[in-house]
Amino acid sequence: MSTAVRALGAGARVAVDRRRTLGIFFLLVAGAIAAFFGYNVPGQSQAHFVLNLASSHAIPIPDLVVPVRATAFGLAAACAFLGTIQVVRGFGRWAYAVLALVIGLFVFAFLAWAARNSSVSLVGMLQGTLVRAAPLTLGAFSGLLCERAGVINVAIEGQMLIGAFSAALVGSATGNALLGILAGMLCGGLIAVILAVFAIRYLVDQVIVGIVLDLFCLGLTGFLYDRLMVPFQATLNSAAVVPPVTIPGLSRIPVLGPILFDQNVYVYLMFVLMGLIYVALFHTRWGLRVRAVGEHPRAADTAGIDVARTRYINVILGGLVAGLAGSYFTLGAVGQFTKNMTSGRGFISLAAMISGGWTPVGGFGASLVFGFADALQNFLSVLNVPISSYFLLMAPYLATILVVAGVVGRARPPAADGKPYVKQ
Amino acid sequence: MSEKPDQKPGRNRAAAARDVIQSVIAPQSSIWSSVLVVVLAFVTALVVSAVFIVVSDPNVIQAPDLLTALNVAWQDVSGAYGGLLTGALGDPSTVIAKLSSGDAKVAASAFYPLSETVVAAAPLVFTGLAVALGFRAGLFNIGGEGQVIAGGLAAGFVGFSVHGLTGFVELPLALLAGFLVGMLWGFIPGLLKARTGAHEVITTIMLNYVAIYLTYYFLNTTLFQRPGRTDPISKVVDSAAMLPSLAALNLRVHAGALLAVAVAVAVYFLLWRTTLGFEFRAVGANPDASRAAGIGVGRVIVVAMSLSGGLAGLAGANIILGVQYSVTPGFSSGLGFDGITVALLGRGNPVGVVAAALLFGGLRAGAVQMQAATSTPVDIVQVIEALVIMFVAAPALIRAIFRLRAVRGIGAPTVSPGWGG
Repeated sequence: MSTAVRALGAGARVAVDRRRTLGIFFLLVAGAIAAFFGYNVPGQSQAHFVLNLASSHAIPIPDLVVPVRATAFGLAAACAFLGTIQVVRGFGRWAYAVLALVIGLFVFAFLAWAARNSSVSLVGMLQGTLVRAAPLTLGAFSGLLCERAGVINVAIEGQMLIGAFSAALVGSATGNALLGILAGMLCGGLIAVILAVFAIRYLVDQVIVGIVLDLFCLGLTGFLYDRLMVPFQATLNSAAVVPPVTIPGLSRIPVLGPILFDQNVYVYLMFVLMGLIYVALFHTRWGLRVRAVGEHPRAADTAGIDVARTRYINVILGGLVAGLAGSYFTLGAVGQFTKNMTSGRGFISLAAMISGGWTPVGGFGASLVFGFADALQNFLSVLNVPISSYFLLMAPYLATILVVAGVVGRARPPAADGKPYVKQ
Repeated sequence: MSEKPDQKPGRNRAAAARDVIQSVIAPQSSIWSSVLVVVLAFVTALVVSAVFIVVSDPNVIQAPDLLTALNVAWQDVSGAYGGLLTGALGDPSTVIAKLSSGDAKVAASAFYPLSETVVAAAPLVFTGLAVALGFRAGLFNIGGEGQVIAGGLAAGFVGFSVHGLTGFVELPLALLAGFLVGMLWGFIPGLLKARTGAHEVITTIMLNYVAIYLTYYFLNTTLFQRPGRTDPISKVVDSAAMLPSLAALNLRVHAGALLAVAVAVAVYFLLWRTTLGFEFRAVGANPDASRAAGIGVGRVIVVAMSLSGGLAGLAGANIILGVQYSVTPGFSSGLGFDGITVALLGRGNPVGVVAAALLFGGLRAGAVQMQAATSTPVDIVQVIEALVIMFVAAPALIRAIFRLRAVRGIGAPTVSPGWGG
């Protein structure tokens, strides 16, 4: 029996195993919902979800009041149903969409349980989730653009940090947010140029260059912050925050309006880039070439594609996007830079990109999980959770470990990811 | 491990053979040229950082003429780097005056800068060794931060909750606790990598956050929190668990430095004088060949990650038992990441790690003095360190800048490219 046939057989078996594992995971989620959020809850307790936001333009609607116990059992049944189908037949290419749905059902059951006998603003929480997810998603796009061409970008953190710094600096000095954002992108791109030269020209280990660039940006922004921003706070570190944009008409839709159409500019940018990158990467000749370079640079080279040039362009594009993500932290959120203000979110983006299987939509989905955890922090005081909030905050990181370990099913990185290419 | 599609096996073997021959015939020249590259990288880093110092000074930018600007720039740079040097080693004339004063305490104070350098270097030795050990086995332990925190928490816990033992028992017990819990924090990613192929870079970063939140959790429990305090700070460790120091002479230097050197020797012995160390290096060099030769690659990965975590845990124990004496959030302050730079500059060699840790420790200690004297922010040291590593990692770049002849075998080790399929 030839190796290829054996490998095919093994592949099919792995696929079946993975299908069953995912199905069993759904069933476990169903059990968890019933056990933790349904059982032990008195039948009459209710959760009060506020669906209006004080600042929004949406048409007011009544609040959603749900019975906690019945909701949990209902959602558990839905998860169990999906899990059974997954085990028996499998959802095929929709498996990941169903996974997202199951996670969503779990989160809703958790919220209903945590908000029992009290009320919580569901719309506010979802709006916050989307805003917090925006920079993480953009960071994941940055990693994606680089890695699809075969260069690992661990410097996202540094690019974000320097993007945040220069956006605040230029935004404050000129009073023009657009110039600030452009400056942030430019500086992210400059760091990317260094990464590209070291990785592509000097063939240095890409993870190491990335980490060292992160430390470089941390040191440089900290130094320049003390040197320029502390003494000249009023002129160099007080930028105007980009105001939210209200889309006329659509923002009047209840629930969806405030979440999607009355939002931070960065949320719109995220959605636009998501569509753009998806189409460019999977439905254009440019994208095909990029993916060829990331999967099999030798073959791409033979076919006449300039491997080094493609990688340079993609790494720099990634840097621009990471710089844009960084500018969110100053111009999109607080208007001021502080030392190490990204606090590791670039690394979270990297994890989101991997968990999302190197796809734009997957990266967005994984970022939503972290964004939700981030947004949840603001609501912990009104929620009714018996375990320490620190364990809740830990949850997304533990979940990422499980995803990366393939418990839920693992995607494959581009084959030449991180491997330097030497033309022969 | 996936195959490399872009390299023909024949060429691979020829390149490998050439590498071996090169390393056998030119070991001496390799050491000297690597020292030369480090020195030149350091000079280049200082020059580039000087540019940052100058251009960020408003007095230079607003100077009326070029001569004044140059003068101010020179004062900026010479003041900063002078402060760095005296902060790390001491000012020669002051040192001589203090030593000849005849009073023991005054004479001891001459060694204050050196003591600060050693205090800053000791934890860097531990985290540097942790990362270097991982490099040797082909692993990139980027989660030193979490392991430092976990080790420090455990060492502190033993230090303040166990009472009535002598220092000969309690101190080793606290250190052991730090080592073991650090090991646990390395064991988890090691096991996941060996069993599922999950890349250690991601899992260790995630475990960093878990450790940070665990610290906040514990520091808010009655088990850890200092009575009468509402902020997250632990009880003070018993004097029996403290690393002995020269506090009587007003110096902060403590026995952790001796421990660091001893551990560096132990790691050297482990890597080059034991079967386990050979297996580490074999797996790091070529996991496929090692597997074919009968080495349990999975076991080696688990043991190497665990030991690496344990070494980082000792760095945490060193900080808590030797410097802070109580646990606070963020006590690690980037030690795990600094270990990466130390290991890279030390080229994954325990002797090199100790030397690199002393260099960076000196920069840290000097930076505090520099900021106090010239108000140049301490963060410039991090810029210098990162630049040194970048130039050392790309020797071809340094050779191009200084027009040196090409020498093989210098540069940062390459660790597991890709995310591991």
